Amino acid sequence: MSEIRMPSMTRISLTDTRLEILSLIRQPGYSLPSLLFPVMFYVFFGLVFNMGRGVHMPTYLLASYGTFGVIAPALFSFGVGVAVERAQGWLRLRQASPAPPLAYVISKTGVSLAFAAAVALLLMTLGALFGDVRLERLRWFWTFGVLVFGTIPFCALGLWIGMNVKGNAAPAVVNLLYLPMSLLSGLWIPIQFFPELMQKLAWALPPFHLAQLAFGAVGMPVQAPAWVSVSYLSVMTLVFGVASMRSFYREDA
Amino acid sequence: MSQIATGLTNAAKSFGKVRAVDDVTLELRPGQVLGLLGPNGAGKTTSIKLLLGLLQPDRGRARLFGVDPRSREARMRIGVMMQIGEVPAVLTIDELVEQFRGYYPNPRPAGEAIELAGLGALRDRRAGKLSGGEKQRLMFALAICGNPELLFLDEPTVGMDVASRRTFWEGIRAFLDGGRSILLTTHYLEEADALADRIAVIDRGRVIADGTPETIKSRFSGKRIRCRTSLSPTTLLGLPGVRETGGSGASVELISETPERTVRALLDADAGLSDLEVIGMGLEEAFLSMTESPAGTEEMSA
Ligand SMILES: Nc1ncnc2c1ncn2[C@@H]1O[C@H](COP(=O)(O)OP(=O)(O)OP(=O)(O)O)[C@@H](O)[C@H]1O
Ligand SMILES: [Mg+2]
Repeated sequence: MSEIRMPSMTRISLTDTRLEILSLIRQPGYSLPSLLFPVMFYVFFGLVFNMGRGVHMPTYLLASYGTFGVIAPALFSFGVGVAVERAQGWLRLRQASPAPPLAYVISKTGVSLAFAAAVALLLMTLGALFGDVRLERLRWFWTFGVLVFGTIPFCALGLWIGMNVKGNAAPAVVNLLYLPMSLLSGLWIPIQFFPELMQKLAWALPPFHLAQLAFGAVGMPVQAPAWVSVSYLSVMTLVFGVASMRSFYREDA
Repeated sequence: MSQIATGLTNAAKSFGKVRAVDDVTLELRPGQVLGLLGPNGAGKTTSIKLLLGLLQPDRGRARLFGVDPRSREARMRIGVMMQIGEVPAVLTIDELVEQFRGYYPNPRPAGEAIELAGLGALRDRRAGKLSGGEKQRLMFALAICGNPELLFLDEPTVGMDVASRRTFWEGIRAFLDGGRSILLTTHYLEEADALADRIAVIDRGRVIADGTPETIKSRFSGKRIRCRTSLSPTTLLGLPGVRETGGSGASVELISETPERTVRALLDADAGLSDLEVIGMGLEEAFLSMTESPAGTEEMSA
């Protein structure tokens, strides 16, 4: 018993991420819709019915549907996933194990990042090949980065929901948040078409700010300065992240 | 106050108005299998959760190896099989065991854990496709794959048929080779008797008996005496051998460890006594009588 070498957090997180991804691949019924919805929207409204007047729609929608697309894995596969594992008692078994809670969070975030990367790559490829989206090389990378890392604040929100909402209620709660929030943030219909009051309201919503950053990345005009959106999303990550970690150590979560 | 290195010291835990654990002191000793026996709602699972640091006691203390059960140091030395639990359905037995092994510093070879759990033939089967009993065995494999010194098993054999239960017991005995300890909860006196070196009986959040299986069994052996008598419950409880009294009005029921002496004393004390009956009790029945009666649950710690 002289030398006890605990397995490193990195190793545990990597194994867990691998198994999470394996689970996702094995239940395409859960993962495919999150992947296909934004793609379908993009193909229909961005490529097939290209109704843009003035703005280049495929470029505009790459940012807005991209945002829509990368939020889904964070809320659904991450958030609902946690709620389900909590309800099933799987989380409790993990809590009683020596694996650090942070490894659990890291692995689930890793999966959401991978998911977001897939969504972003799909939309960007479609846009470039069929939508005549032309960006400078740096902007492509920038857009990809914003979309992929933009999923993180929503991972924090998803985790918080997963830790605080009952397993069977979680899908409903997430849907009730995801769809109206996306709509009101202007991810489906550009916010400029909204009444003034609703345009103001959008500033309170997280997807609005991620979309603003994405518009900035593809070179579209934005309403909120980047620092406002970045601060908003950082604070959101911090608040929900800390609140969730507290839930983790709460009794019998 | 003596310090219990691994166990509960005067622990209490309430959920709102429900006193799940009222006052439990329970020591787990190295190399020993402790059977925690009690009816539904007695506080067994709550006691285990306190010991695992999944719940914090309102009063008293929980310790594992002298440290806080929530510490990583404590958790890497234990294995846990909870009463309620589902595993991710699309992963295979092999994958899940590998995942859990990775959490521990010095795990047992995966194949060995799977063999001990009796799942050797099902390694590549997904968890969602296992039968109820097989799922239980997978939980057991996950509990032992970290090579723990101390194993917590909360009603491990619920829902198993007689044959799987026996196989499971074999697995537990094999696990024990090498001075490991177990805390096992069960409703079945037979199971506790088959596996445990020591049995603690818990009822309504209190330990009402704690001793070797032989002691417990002898305490629970006894006879039921029924009669109509005018003697008061207090007088009846004072008669030789009487463990508890029950019944209503003139018709009473006593449980006695020495029925002959009790009957003699009864007849001496009440000349008008009628309808006398003496009934033998099986072990299970005696156990139930002990944990279910609302009155007369005196402390019987050994
Ligand atoms: N989270 C909880 N919230 C409210 N009450 C609870 C909670 N957990 C347990 N209880 C109550 O505490 C009491 C003890 O429960 P516990 O699960 O410890 O019993 P048990 O001995 O494990 O029973 P069983 O044999 O049925 O598993 C019960 O009355 C139960 O209803
Ligand atoms: Mg229980």
